[in-house]
Amino acid sequence: MNKHVSPKMNRRAFVIGSATLGAGLAIGLDLPFGGPALVRAADGSPEIGAWVVIRPDDTVVIRIARSEMGQGSLTGLAQLVAEELECDWTKVTTEYPTPGQSVARKRVWGDFSTGGSRGIRSSQDYVRKGGATARVMLIQAAADTWKVPASECAAENSVITHKPSGRTTTYGKVAEAAAKLTPPADVKLKDPKDWKLIGKGVKRLDTVDKTNGAMIYGVDVKLPGMLNAAIKDCPVFGGKLKSFDEAKIAGMKGVKKVVKVGDTAVAVVADTWWHAKTALDALPIVWDEGDNAKVSSASIAKWLAEGLDNDQPAYVGNKNGDAKAAIASAAKKVEAVYSYPYQNHATMEPMNATALYTADKCEVWCGTQNGEAAFAAVLEASGLPADKCDVQKVMLGGGFGRRGQTDYVRQAVMIAKQMPGTPIKLLWSREEDMAHGRYHPITQCKMTGAFDANNNLVALHYRLSGQSILFSLRPEALQNGMDPAAFQGVAQSGEAAFGYSVPNLLIEHAMRNPHVPPGFWRGVNVNHNAIYMECFMDELAQAAGQDPLEFRRKLMGNHPKHLAVLNAVAEKIGWDQPAPQGVYRGIAQVMGYGSYVAGAAEISVTDGSKIKVHRIVASTDPGYVVNPAQVERQIAGSFVYGLSALFYGGCTVKDGKIEQTNFDTYNSMRIGEMPKVESVMVPSGGFWGGVGEPTIGVAAPAVLNAYFAATGKRIRSVPLRDQNITFA
Amino acid sequence: MDWANQGTAMANLTINGKTFTLDVEPDTPLLWAIRENAGLTGTKYGCGIAQCGACTVHIEGVATRSCGVSVSEAEGKKITTIEGLSSGDTLHKVQEAWIAQDVPQCGYCQSGMIMAVAALLSEKPKPTDADIDEAITNICRCGTFQQVREAIHTIASA
Repeated sequence: MNKHVSPKMNRRAFVIGSATLGAGLAIGLDLPFGGPALVRAADGSPEIGAWVVIRPDDTVVIRIARSEMGQGSLTGLAQLVAEELECDWTKVTTEYPTPGQSVARKRVWGDFSTGGSRGIRSSQDYVRKGGATARVMLIQAAADTWKVPASECAAENSVITHKPSGRTTTYGKVAEAAAKLTPPADVKLKDPKDWKLIGKGVKRLDTVDKTNGAMIYGVDVKLPGMLNAAIKDCPVFGGKLKSFDEAKIAGMKGVKKVVKVGDTAVAVVADTWWHAKTALDALPIVWDEGDNAKVSSASIAKWLAEGLDNDQPAYVGNKNGDAKAAIASAAKKVEAVYSYPYQNHATMEPMNATALYTADKCEVWCGTQNGEAAFAAVLEASGLPADKCDVQKVMLGGGFGRRGQTDYVRQAVMIAKQMPGTPIKLLWSREEDMAHGRYHPITQCKMTGAFDANNNLVALHYRLSGQSILFSLRPEALQNGMDPAAFQGVAQSGEAAFGYSVPNLLIEHAMRNPHVPPGFWRGVNVNHNAIYMECFMDELAQAAGQDPLEFRRKLMGNHPKHLAVLNAVAEKIGWDQPAPQGVYRGIAQVMGYGSYVAGAAEISVTDGSKIKVHRIVASTDPGYVVNPAQVERQIAGSFVYGLSALFYGGCTVKDGKIEQTNFDTYNSMRIGEMPKVESVMVPSGGFWGGVGEPTIGVAAPAVLNAYFAATGKRIRSVPLRDQNITFA
Repeated sequence: MDWANQGTAMANLTINGKTFTLDVEPDTPLLWAIRENAGLTGTKYGCGIAQCGACTVHIEGVATRSCGVSVSEAEGKKITTIEGLSSGDTLHKVQEAWIAQDVPQCGYCQSGMIMAVAALLSEKPKPTDADIDEAITNICRCGTFQQVREAIHTIASA
């Protein structure tokens, strides 16, 4: 077990721990038949079910399968387990089981993937049951010791009490006996009204090491005898490595080896990464760039624009009535074309992984949002079977969707395979990270709205043209060729449902997939869909001569949860009161990842080009709020990420390559540009929605709508820097 | 090209009150000497072009982006990294505030953020919002700015 989050852990303990314990599974695997086997954690403490280990000193170790990347779900998931376990929260620590251990135990910890704001919502049921199961077993063990019925005993704060006699014991004392019991077949979860820890803004469990330099990220992994690798992949996606002139860097300090990595990349391995990078920069490389070198942002834009034409084929994602006919016969029509560019995740920690390959084993240390996908990549790249491979997850220096991909893991293994027995840490330069992202997909959208003579919206045609992420990354998830995720936020139903009722509606997607690889970028398709829909809603309101909020409200009667969050922000920002002199407001709402969210912004604009954002209000209804302090931080953070993309982002393509190379050309908001985000949580209960992503959807449209209110000018493309608009 | 004259250079760096004699070329960015030669990995690489601030350390008490300073420029100067910010077991007030306010999210930028804030507070113990905006220009992709600002004001009002 890799217990990287223990506040007491120091770096040295990590290095030794991961090297020695990494391959050691918990002792004794579950037997397919017969009685339960006692399973122990690496330190010998007994497991009480797969999710909980209790140490003799009463320390409670909670297993977390999902990855922590700053979003706080490590703490939230521990709260869920601890709530049902009735343990002492101050004695809780966490650890990551490895994907290899999970596979060996028939995926006892379920899905490891940490994306789509699923960390808590899609594992809350079974992790709470894991906690409840352990509580029942611990109480049973105490009851057995006392020879009393378990029903006469209760647990609280890691102490078990026999109510009639008042006798007490602790979890640590009965853990050994509890571990030998057969887990109950079914356990009853608490009624949400009885929650004590869920819903509390307890402190994160992983903060201390993040303030003193002790936290180990992938980039910090050290193994005995380790060498460092720097890599360059063909800058034109789809191109290949033709040749490199190794002789030109022969003898450069620290260089150990120059290796080809697959058909597309070359890496220099050296004693230090700085030596590796310096030598790689001096290495003459010839690329076979292929036909994609002819592609530019202009050629992509032209191709996408053609997809906006009604005569081109398109997938229908949401439809009622006959929008085209209603538009044709309408009293008044409004039309607009919007676009959204590629975006790089630009995690603060560039991609990296450390791999050790020997003839009969391959182990990788890395930050990953999907331990099992990383594990599969290790198997594939090493050619070794599952029982000879494993992945040790370490803290991620940001994920935002990028680290759900495993390209960097595969590369590390491919390099290590060429140097058996030597651990290799592969680190991408920022420039490599910018050049080889898995970019937010590029799209355009043409929207047409139609009104009757009384300014009622009678039809809406929303025609998206552009890239599908699933086409590229999960083609098996396409439905007869259609990417259902393309309609996030404007879907007919489900976790990202459209929040308006329009009598004649057509929402369709002309799929066009340029060669630039797309990826899941925080908020994913909600980002552009929310900008398109919510900015166009403002255009429709303007055309109807109505207040943007009132106009929306009229269309939301059948969508009470969407409406409730919209009303919550309107109330908080004071929509019915005039804004301060020179300050203008914008509002937006969307549903994504199972949560209903809305946002409002107050901005002022100088000379039409300098924006100061004075206030942001954001509301969310995620059903349940596990840790309000962390939800508040996720909401605020999502605005920083979303507004950075709006103002400064945008990746452009020239000669088949991404043009932006670093934070000087792909900037990010600073503290002075970001106002306080006022969060309004309105959890209505009864469902579990995500938190990390949904609110990013309303960040850009709220500001863009406020910009129109201030200037009378619509902005229909991102980023604002392209239009010489920036922060005041 | 002839790499034979690149030579071996020993550099003496004073980091966190300790002298490190390192086999490192004089033009190596201080960041990499700190991380790879001195082995202090709390200082992070983010961009290598002094844009993001993840590598911020103190040189003679001044917040400095260590990727933009060479080893030769740093020799003979007092360098403090995140590992040396506390006095023994006593945390620096910025670290204390960061823990009290639960500032970090992923935490990767926070070493640099904390070093930048510590330098600001030693110069201006009671910074205004405008002072903060001007002095703290580190990138945080998680977006912890709200907590950073609150924590700074908490320290200033203590």
